Amino acid sequence: MDRIRFVIDGEVRTVERFDPTRTVLEYLRETEGRCGTKEGCAEGDCGACTVVLGEIDDRAGDGERVRYRAINSCIRFLPTIDGKELVTVESLRAGDALHPVQQAMVDAHASQCGFCTPGFVMSLFALYLNNPAPQREAVVESLSGNLCRCTGYRPIIDAGGGMASLPSPARWSREDAHSAARLQALIGLRREQGLTLPGYCAPRSLDELQAALALRPQALLLAGGTDVGLWVTKLLRDLPEIIYLGEVAELKRIENTAEGLRIGAAVALTDAWQALVAAHPPMAELAQRFASPPVRNSATLCGNLANGSPIGDAMPALIALGASLELRRGSVTRRLALQDFYLGYQKKDLATGELVAAVIVPAPVAGQRFACYKLSKRNEQDISAVCVAIAVDVSDDGRIRDVRIACGGMAATPKRAPGAEAALRGQAWSEASFMSAIAALDADFQPLSDMRASSAYRARAAGNLLRRFFLEHGSSAPAALRTQQAPAGVSA
Amino acid sequence: MPTADIAGSALRHESAHLHVSGRALYCDDIPLPSNTLHAAFGLSRVAHAHIRSIDLSAVTAAAGVIATALPADVPGENNYGSSVHDDPIFTDTQVEFAGQPMFAVAAASYAQARRAAALAKIDYEELPAILDIRSALAAKSYVLNSRHLLRGDPQAVIASAPHRLKGTQQIGGQDHFYLEGQIAIALPQEDGAMLIHSSTQHPTEVQHIVAHALKRRAHDVVVQCRRMGGGFGGKESQPALLAAAAAVLANKTGRPVKLRMDRDADMLATGKRHDFIVDYDVGFDDEGRVLALSVMLAARCGYSADLSGPVNDRAICHVDNAYFLEHVEIISHRCKTNTVSNTAFRGFGGPQGMMVIESVLDDIARTLGRDPLDVRRLNFYGHDTRNLTPYGQLVEDNVIPLIADQLEASSGYRERRQAISAWNAANPTIKRGIALTPVKFGISFNATFYNQAGALLHIYNDGTVMLNHGGTEMGQGLYTKVAQVVATELGLPLSAIRVSAADTSKVPNTSATAASSGSDLNGKAAQAAAQTIRARLIAWASEAHQIPADKIRFDNGVVWLGEHSISFAKFVAQAYQARVSLSATGYYRTPKIHWDSSKLWGRPFFYFAYGAAVSEVAVDTLTGETQLSRVDILHDVGRSLNPALDIGQIEGGFLQGAGWLTSEELWWNARGELKTHAPSTYKIPTARDWPQQAHVALLQHEPNREDTIYRSKAVGEPPLMLAMSVFHAIRDAVAACGAPNSLPELHAPATPEAVLRAIDILRGEALA
Repeated sequence: MDRIRFVIDGEVRTVERFDPTRTVLEYLRETEGRCGTKEGCAEGDCGACTVVLGEIDDRAGDGERVRYRAINSCIRFLPTIDGKELVTVESLRAGDALHPVQQAMVDAHASQCGFCTPGFVMSLFALYLNNPAPQREAVVESLSGNLCRCTGYRPIIDAGGGMASLPSPARWSREDAHSAARLQALIGLRREQGLTLPGYCAPRSLDELQAALALRPQALLLAGGTDVGLWVTKLLRDLPEIIYLGEVAELKRIENTAEGLRIGAAVALTDAWQALVAAHPPMAELAQRFASPPVRNSATLCGNLANGSPIGDAMPALIALGASLELRRGSVTRRLALQDFYLGYQKKDLATGELVAAVIVPAPVAGQRFACYKLSKRNEQDISAVCVAIAVDVSDDGRIRDVRIACGGMAATPKRAPGAEAALRGQAWSEASFMSAIAALDADFQPLSDMRASSAYRARAAGNLLRRFFLEHGSSAPAALRTQQAPAGVSA
Repeated sequence: MPTADIAGSALRHESAHLHVSGRALYCDDIPLPSNTLHAAFGLSRVAHAHIRSIDLSAVTAAAGVIATALPADVPGENNYGSSVHDDPIFTDTQVEFAGQPMFAVAAASYAQARRAAALAKIDYEELPAILDIRSALAAKSYVLNSRHLLRGDPQAVIASAPHRLKGTQQIGGQDHFYLEGQIAIALPQEDGAMLIHSSTQHPTEVQHIVAHALKRRAHDVVVQCRRMGGGFGGKESQPALLAAAAAVLANKTGRPVKLRMDRDADMLATGKRHDFIVDYDVGFDDEGRVLALSVMLAARCGYSADLSGPVNDRAICHVDNAYFLEHVEIISHRCKTNTVSNTAFRGFGGPQGMMVIESVLDDIARTLGRDPLDVRRLNFYGHDTRNLTPYGQLVEDNVIPLIADQLEASSGYRERRQAISAWNAANPTIKRGIALTPVKFGISFNATFYNQAGALLHIYNDGTVMLNHGGTEMGQGLYTKVAQVVATELGLPLSAIRVSAADTSKVPNTSATAASSGSDLNGKAAQAAAQTIRARLIAWASEAHQIPADKIRFDNGVVWLGEHSISFAKFVAQAYQARVSLSATGYYRTPKIHWDSSKLWGRPFFYFAYGAAVSEVAVDTLTGETQLSRVDILHDVGRSLNPALDIGQIEGGFLQGAGWLTSEELWWNARGELKTHAPSTYKIPTARDWPQQAHVALLQHEPNREDTIYRSKAVGEPPLMLAMSVFHAIRDAVAACGAPNSLPELHAPATPEAVLRAIDILRGEALA
C-alpha cells in the first residue's frame, strides 16, 4: 500500500508514486493547483507557506479530539501528513462569505501587497480554533513565525484581536472543527501498521521502528524535519531512505519520572516546552523565543538535541539542568549526560542505527537558582548569537555549592564553562565571585566571528550575562528588558 | 468640483478580499502552458575574477535540462542597466561580485533547474577585490563622477564659528525583503513577439531591455504586471535581469520560460539600499544654530552604476532634511566595490542624507547640554526667511513647526523626558531614551522627464468602467486610490470600476512606480481621462436633452439632467447609441519643476511631504538589546485620498525604517560573500517589534498647497524616515551611560553589538 491518504476540505486524498521529500507546499501549488499558499523563503522563516494540520490528539485521557496546529508547508515532507487533515487558506471561505479570520483582516486593512497574507490568515486561524478570546500577547505570539514587510503588523494584530467577536462561520467554526464527522474522517484513515513507501517508512510502534532500523541502519531518522527539510529545499541534497519518527506511539510521550521529565523523541517542541516551563519557569522566555509556533509545532526537542548545532537553543539550558539522553539501538539502551553527547563540530556520540529516544530533565532542587539567556539581533524567531544558561545551587549559608554554566554560540558545540564554574564553586554568592567568574570565562571560550556577532561581542556579552544573573538574583533594579518596569507616569 | 465622498474615504484595498482568501494572483500563480520551462541562474562564487572558462557540460547533462544561456545566446545587447550600460545579463569574461549571474539553465522543473545550475565548472583567475567604502575611497574607485554642492563659504564660517565638531557615521544598507521574490515569465508569441509577466515596478523598462536583448523593437514586447508581492524599490531596475534572461531562453527554445529566483539567489544577486560612510565638520553658535556644515557622503554603489546617480543626488538633496543650512558643502562619492550593485530602496538616498543632519544636530545638542529637540527646532526652516534649500528650491509649504508643536504636546515629550532622566539616574542596567525627529521629503523624480503619466479609461455600454494606468500595484493601494479618483469624477460607486494589470500595450512610455509619485501622477492622468469622457457625455446630453451643461451632475451611479435622473448605465447606453466615444486616454505632467543636474540647482520637487515621530526605547546596557516601547507619529498627507491606506503606508514605512536602523544587518565575509541572504540570517522586524503603545495620526486641515490630485500628498517613502527617531532614542539611552556631553559612537544598524560597543566606549570599557 505505497500511497498516503489525508483529508482536505472534507475529502480523502490519495497520493501515490511521489518523491518522499516532496514538500506539502510543492504538492499544494503544483498538484492541487492551490496557489494561495506561498513560498517566501523555503526555510520555514517567513511563514508565507503556513497551513494548518489537524490530527487526532489522544494525549488527554478524556477521549479523542482533533488538534489543529499551524505548520510551515515549505519544509514539511508530504508523506508526514498521512492520516491528517490539511487546511489551507482556500479551505476557509464558504462561498462568497469570508471566514471571521479573513473578514477581520479585511476590516482592519491588514493586507497590503497580500503575499504574506495567506500565511497570517492561517496562523490566526490556528489561534482562532484554539483560543476563543485571544488577548494581544497571544496574538503576537501566534504571529511570530510570519513576516510582513508592508504593514508594520499593527492592523494584523488588531485583526487577531477582533476576529473572535465576528459571527461564527458556516465552515470552520470551532464547533465544525471539532465535529464528530471531522474526527471520524481521521479515525477512518488510521493505520494499523506503519506506512511504507519507496524510500520512506513511518513506523507506529517502537517494535516497528526497531525492525525498520535493523533493516536500514543507514536510514535518515526524520522527526519534525524543520532542519532536514532545508537540506532538500536549500542545499538541494539527495537524502537516503527516511524513517519518520512522528508516528511512533512510544516516542510521543512526556512522562514525569522519579528522575525528572522524560520527553520522547517525537514530542513536538510546543509540548516539550510547555512541560519544561511548567517544571522550570525561568525557561519561559527561551521557550517563547525559540523559533516560531509553526516550527515548534513540527520540530521536536530531541531533534534539536540530536542535530547538535553549536547554536541550538535547547542545549545550554538542558545541560545546565543536568539533562541526559536515552539512546537506543535495537533493544540496547544507554544513558549519556547531554553535555557528553557533543564531541566536536557536528560530531556526536551516536552510533550508526542509534536513536536519541528521549531526554530526561531533572526537576529543580531546593536552593537552585537557574536562568537561561538568549541574545540575538531580533527578539523573535532568531538564532542565538549567544545563549547562556546558568544553574547554581546555593547553600543556606550563602555559599555556591555547585554550578553549571553552559553556553551556545561560543564554541563548535554547546559547552560548559569549566573555568568560570571553578571560579564560583565553593565561593560566596557575591559580586566579587561573579567578577572572577567573568574573568575566567575568557579562557573558557574563543568564540568565532560570523554574521550573527563578532568574537569580541560574544565574549563580552557572555560575561555580562553572568553579571545579569547575579543582578537578577540579588538586586531590585531591573536587569533585563523583559523584567523592566516603565517609569512612573510614562508609557503606562 | 466632483463629489468627494469616495476620494477621501477609508476604503479597503481593492484586492483585500482576494489577499485573505488566497485568490490574488501573483506571477508565480499564473497558469501556464504545459510545455513551460523553469529557469535558474548560475551565480559566481567569487567577488572579483577573470573567467578562464565556463564548463556547462554537467549542467546540460543534468536531469530535465533543455537549454542553457550564456552571453553568446543573447541575440541583442547583453545588458540590463538602464542608464549606464554596465550590467551584463550574463557576465562574460569578468566576475565583479560574488553572486553575479553567469549563465541560466532551463529545465522541465524548478527543482531540476536549480540542481543543474549548481553543477557548472568555472575556472576563475581571482583578482584583488575592493569590498568596502573606505577601500574604494582610498583607491578612488567610483562608478560615477563625484558631485559637489557648495553654497556660501562653509570652510571660513566653520573656522570662525564659536563651536566646531567633527564626526563620522556609518549607515548600513538594507535588503528589500519583499515577500514575493523576483520572478519573470516569458511567453513567445507569433511573429517574434514576446509576452512578459514580470513582478516589476517598471514595466516599460522591462519592455525596452527585453527588446534590446532580443534585438527586437519595443512594439514586439508586451509586459504585464497585475500586482507585486512587495517592491520597495527593489523591483524598479532589477526585474529586467530576470525578464531578459527568461526571454533569451524562451527565444532560444521557443517555449515559455518561468524564472523565479529562490530567496538566497534573490538576496545574493539583486541590489539593496546603499550603505554610506559620512564625515562631517560643523560650525555652530552657543545656542546650537548651525552656521556652516561640510559633509562628505560616500556610498557603496557596488560593481555598476544602476540607479546610484539619482540615489546619491537625492541623498545630497536631503542632507538638509527640515533644517536651514546657510553655508553648506556636500561632496558625494559613488564608490565602486566588488559587491552587488545597490539600487532603489524606499527613500532612494534620502534616508541616508537625512541621517547625517540628524546626527549632527544630536551631537551639537549633547555638546551644548541642550535637549536635542530644542536644537532641532532652532534649526527648522523658516517661513519667510531661512527658507532656501541648498539646491535652490524655496520651502513654501513648511508645516514642520506646526507638526513639531502638535506632536510635542500630544506625545507628552517634555514630561516623559523628565521621567526618563529620573529613571536613568536611578537605574544602572536598563537605560531609557526618547527622541523626536522630523521628516521633510521632496516629492517628484529628480529627473524632470520622469514626472509624467498616462491612463486609459473605457466605459462599456452597460455602465461599467475599465481602468488602466501606468502605475503598478505593489501593495501600496495605488489601484484603490486611482479607482477612487475615477469613481469620484464619474459619480460612480467603486464597484463600477475594474482596475486592470499594468500593461505596456495599453499605456506606453510609463515611468517607474517610484519616488512616491504613483498616485500623484496616475491619479491625475486617470482624472484627466475621466474628465475627457465626462465632458463628451455632458456635451452630448446637454444638446440632446436641451439642458445647460452645468445642470448635468453625476452622483452615486445616477446622472442628473436638471431635475430628471437616469441611471449611469442607461445614460451611457444612450450615449453609445448616439455614437459618443466612451474611451479616452489621460495624460499628466507635473508643473513647475525644473532641475539642472550638473549644477545641482533648481526646483526638483513639486512640493514636500512632512512628518515627525517621537520614539521611546529601553536599552539593556549589559547586552545592547533594545526595545521600542512607544511611538507617536504625526504625518502630513495633505488631504488624504484614503486615510486607511495612508495610515498603512505610515506604519509600514516606519517599522521598515526601524528595521533598517536596528536589526537588519548585511554582513559580508572577508572574501566578499554576503552571509545574510535569507530570513534565517537577515532579520526584518516581526509583530513583536511593533511597539505596544503607538499613536499614529494624520495632520489635519492642511491640504497640499500645490494642485495635486484633490490636494493630497504622496506617502510611499516619507514615513520610512520617521524611524530616525528610533535610532536617536537609542542614542539618547546610550548617552545616558556616559558622562554629560559625551557623544555616543553609535552606527546604524544599532544591533545589540553596535549598541553595546557604543556603551562600552562611553564607559571606558571598550575591548581592543
